[in-house]
Amino acid sequence: MRSDVTEYELSAPATLQEMLSLLAAEPGKYTPIAGGTELMVALGVGRLQSRSLLSLQHFQELRFLREEDGHVVIGANTTFTDLRRSALIAEHLPLLAQSASWTGAIANQNRGTLGGNIVNASPAADNPPVLLVYGASITLISASGMRTLDYNDFHLGYKKTQLRADELVHSVRIPLAYQGYRQYIRKVGTRNALAISKIALAGIARTEGTRIAEIRLGAASLTDRPIRCLAAEKALTGASLAADSLEATLQAGRAALAMEAKPIDDIRSTARYRSAVAENLLEEFLRSLAE
Amino acid sequence: MEELIDGIGASPLRKEGRAKVLGAARYIDDLSLPDMWHGATVRSTIARGRIRNLHFGNEIDWSEYTVVSARDIPGLNTVAHLTNDHPCLASEYINHPDEPILLLAHPSKTALHHALKAITIEYDEYPGVFTIEESEQAVAAQDAERIIWDGSQWNATANCFKTYTMYSGEGEEVEAGLSRAFEEADYIVEGEYSTGAQEQLYIENNGVIAECFRDENGDVESVCVQGSMQCPYYLVHALELVFNLPEEKCRVIQVETGGAFGGKEDFPSVIGSHAALLAMKSGHPVKLVYDRAEDMAATTKRHPSRTRLRTAVSREGKLLGAEISVAIDGGAYSTLSPVVLSRATIHAPGPYHWPFLRVKSKAMATNVPPHGAFRGFGAPQSLFGLERHMDKIAKTIGISPEELRRKNFLATGDYTATGQPLVEEVDMQKLLTRALREASYHEKIARYAEENKTSPIKRGVGFAAFMHGTGFTGSGERRLNSQVHLELLPDGRPQILVSSTEFGQGTNTILCQAAASALHLPYDLVTIAQPDTSRVPNSGPTVASRTAMIVGKLVQRASEQMLHTLSSFAALPENHTSQQFLEAARRYLAEHGTLRESVRYEPPTKIYWDDELYRGDAYPGYAWAVYVAEVAVDTRTYSATVTRFDALQEVGRVMHPVLAKGQIEGGVAQGIGYALYEKCVWKNGHMANNQMTNYIMPTSADLPPIHVHFEEVPSIHGPNGAKGIGELPMDGPAPAILNAIENATGISFNAIPLLPEDIFERVHSLGHPHGGSRELDPNTDRDTRVEETIA
Ligand SMILES: Cc1cc2nc3c(=O)[nH]c(=O)nc-3n(C[C@H](O)[C@H](O)[C@H](O)COP(=O)(O)OP(=O)(O)OC[C@H]3O[C@@H](n4cnc5c(N)ncnc54)[C@H](O)[C@@H]3O)c2cc1C
Repeated sequence: MRSDVTEYELSAPATLQEMLSLLAAEPGKYTPIAGGTELMVALGVGRLQSRSLLSLQHFQELRFLREEDGHVVIGANTTFTDLRRSALIAEHLPLLAQSASWTGAIANQNRGTLGGNIVNASPAADNPPVLLVYGASITLISASGMRTLDYNDFHLGYKKTQLRADELVHSVRIPLAYQGYRQYIRKVGTRNALAISKIALAGIARTEGTRIAEIRLGAASLTDRPIRCLAAEKALTGASLAADSLEATLQAGRAALAMEAKPIDDIRSTARYRSAVAENLLEEFLRSLAE
Repeated sequence: MEELIDGIGASPLRKEGRAKVLGAARYIDDLSLPDMWHGATVRSTIARGRIRNLHFGNEIDWSEYTVVSARDIPGLNTVAHLTNDHPCLASEYINHPDEPILLLAHPSKTALHHALKAITIEYDEYPGVFTIEESEQAVAAQDAERIIWDGSQWNATANCFKTYTMYSGEGEEVEAGLSRAFEEADYIVEGEYSTGAQEQLYIENNGVIAECFRDENGDVESVCVQGSMQCPYYLVHALELVFNLPEEKCRVIQVETGGAFGGKEDFPSVIGSHAALLAMKSGHPVKLVYDRAEDMAATTKRHPSRTRLRTAVSREGKLLGAEISVAIDGGAYSTLSPVVLSRATIHAPGPYHWPFLRVKSKAMATNVPPHGAFRGFGAPQSLFGLERHMDKIAKTIGISPEELRRKNFLATGDYTATGQPLVEEVDMQKLLTRALREASYHEKIARYAEENKTSPIKRGVGFAAFMHGTGFTGSGERRLNSQVHLELLPDGRPQILVSSTEFGQGTNTILCQAAASALHLPYDLVTIAQPDTSRVPNSGPTVASRTAMIVGKLVQRASEQMLHTLSSFAALPENHTSQQFLEAARRYLAEHGTLRESVRYEPPTKIYWDDELYRGDAYPGYAWAVYVAEVAVDTRTYSATVTRFDALQEVGRVMHPVLAKGQIEGGVAQGIGYALYEKCVWKNGHMANNQMTNYIMPTSADLPPIHVHFEEVPSIHGPNGAKGIGELPMDGPAPAILNAIENATGISFNAIPLLPEDIFERVHSLGHPHGGSRELDPNTDRDTRVEETIA
């Protein structure tokens, strides 16, 4: 522990309303803490800037997972273990069950929350690409009410989001609309477990005959934030998977993805590697559609 | 009823196993002494230079703290190794990042964080050298600015801690033979192979608690350090120099130790001296325990290496001669590098017969924290080069890797490269046959060649054949002159007294088994004392795979002696019961007060070694092995995964099958990490990824089923025929895995760690159309908030 914990203040407001009014009274003063699996790491290495923490982990009204008019609604406090154990998720949103299962280790999954993963907003986070391809919307709550955004618009830049200092993530909402879609996800991490992804790609697609009628792609570690790969989607929508045109389709998809990929060299991998592997994963997905 | 002895060959519960499983075992950080303070270390932030100025910020009340600098050292400012070039605390010059400069102590651990932040150090920076090549270039160019270690002071040469030249016979004859061999050879095959640094990653970081006692005049009378370590007497000797005290005034106690792998062989001399200095100056016991980031950045790692081979081979695959040069990166100070280099040198020829052979080796200085002991101790480095090169020779001359090895294996009665006759049975042919059969090697070679044509996942198999010498090199065991005591406790149970330590590998257990077998007593009745140098004799360091064979044999001899004493005294029958033994023991004690048997090392056979010529009996015994790796290389992610591993070894009598299997599995896992995952990212000599998120050690999800097989050929040197086992499994995995990757992909990789990015770059070595964006600063880790830790 490289921090002096006596310099930190942690309190747990009795109600969500109380927490929201504290946030509203002095925006920026407090940092919410849910599972703490990000913030406690920062504390341990002596780099947690915020000295005042408000726990929201105990708010059961933010920990839910329910079906609601053709949607699944997931509260921000839902843990990865909750997601992994949910029959609803397993049946309708298999990519989310998968990404939750490889977020950290069991201990992380017991504490870490979907809300924390979204707000931490790491470009390498495992769950945002899935939320992106599933067309999620995100609901934010503050003392002045709720607002709902297309999740696609939520991430603004490197660790920058639409969340205001007086707001909390309330929930995400995903349409139950992917029956019959082909679904793909692959994480290429530094190892097979307890790994930060070097690159990850999630995709869903609907085919009509040998044609791609609709395709959505989401990626981690491909740019400075979690992204929908709109250029690749555009290039591939309507493309043919027939044997004689598959190579051309693959090339078009790869080229479009390369245009929107802006990966970096860092301590875990290289930009060149990340770009190449992202294209390879896309190709793997497309080939599976052709089968 | 027949009593259960659980001696050698059985698998009784570990002596300390119950306490560990129940959480009752107490490690150093679980312990506390009255009025104990905590310590911290102020370290250099530059790789090389001169300290200009130390500034203590006035936001801190320094009167609360104890601050120790080099000036406070009562004896020599040195950490005792072979050469006294390693300062205990830097006083003026800095030679590596994270070098200790000052020590702080305070009653509160958190107060230390504030103090650490309030100290600023100004330096005059000097240019550093960070690789073997840079260090060599400085010497070649006579670049005085980059001569970072002046050898003349230490009977060595600039930037070079140590060199060896080893010939397979009389030097001039071998040189002449080599010239002929290279002239007559059908093929001359050359290759260069390199290995990276590796962190030991014991679960428990380095830590100690020190006390200092003064006499009535206030002078330092004695010091006592307890902690996590392998070699209590090494620390005793370090304290003797630092405090200028006689041996008996420096007491060291090993407490339960959570892993070591060599990382607690020489390093406790550093942290132990530091804590004792703080205890001396503060007047309090001081606990000094590193956290992971500090431990990774500042303590020893495996030596990086470069091995070059030039070999002469006949068309039929007979090895005619070899010129091998091995270079290791020793870091900033000499420490154990000469000994690591020695093992690398002697293992470089592998288990083969070379009619003419020259090995030249050197340990170079660089401005990184000193590299040190790590399981294998030089052998994994040179054997990696050799076993990759054997596959290269086979490929070059067009025979199978198996046939090449079969044509050149050493066998019983042959002489090793140092001229040691292999008196005890060696059957590498049989080991190879069995290992390949266990792994279904031939069937898989054929099948994968077919399947790989259409699959995006390329599979392959490869193997490595090797040996590991057990015990100290050459005359080392004689010099150590190890001693073991065996006493009777008041209730008549025997107790083993040794300085050999348990750190997870099973020392306590196997030594008690050796005693149980020899005393014909149940294992549960045999006890072993905590290693406390005020009580236990020096049975040598717990290193070099020597404990089972050398110390085990001493325990056996002490036990036989005790049995003899009691038999003469009380006429114990041949097959005594434990009751009869205990009664005899208690009667003996009643009459004589105590019984202590003491034995010293005596080689069971004559051992000749010439340190000058580097010839003779290099090791008392060798363990022999063939390891087979099976890999899958995914062409989409460029990642290589080990999918099955077969480890066959001949280690003499297996003392404890469960522990032995665990040693092999653990070593193979560590070898897989060495080959494919674990990379130290250096930034001007500082380890940039000094955290477990980014120093990638394989998890259970990355490891294959590991099949462990033994052949047992009893050796005269160990108890009931046992030989050493601890380091052997570190030697074989890396070359076997890279041989398998070549089999899978057709691409020959000669450097480890081999990461997916490296495979990718090779595959796309002609250049890839899509570079990355350079908009973002490539040096920063943008994925997490925990990227750069303060060392
Ligand atoms: C060992 C380890 C392994 C990990 N492995 C992975 C991995 O494989 N993949 C991965 O993606 N992540 C991984 N993580 C990161 C982390 O576990 C996840 O990001 C997790 O989802 C964080 O959730 P939390 O509830 O613990 O967040 P916290 O640490 O509590 O908070 C994280 C951030 O979110 C904010 N926050 C939390 N909840 C809300 C809310 N409802 N409204 C507004 N702001 C909120 C906090 O203020 C903080 O800024 C790992 C972490 C560790 C320690």
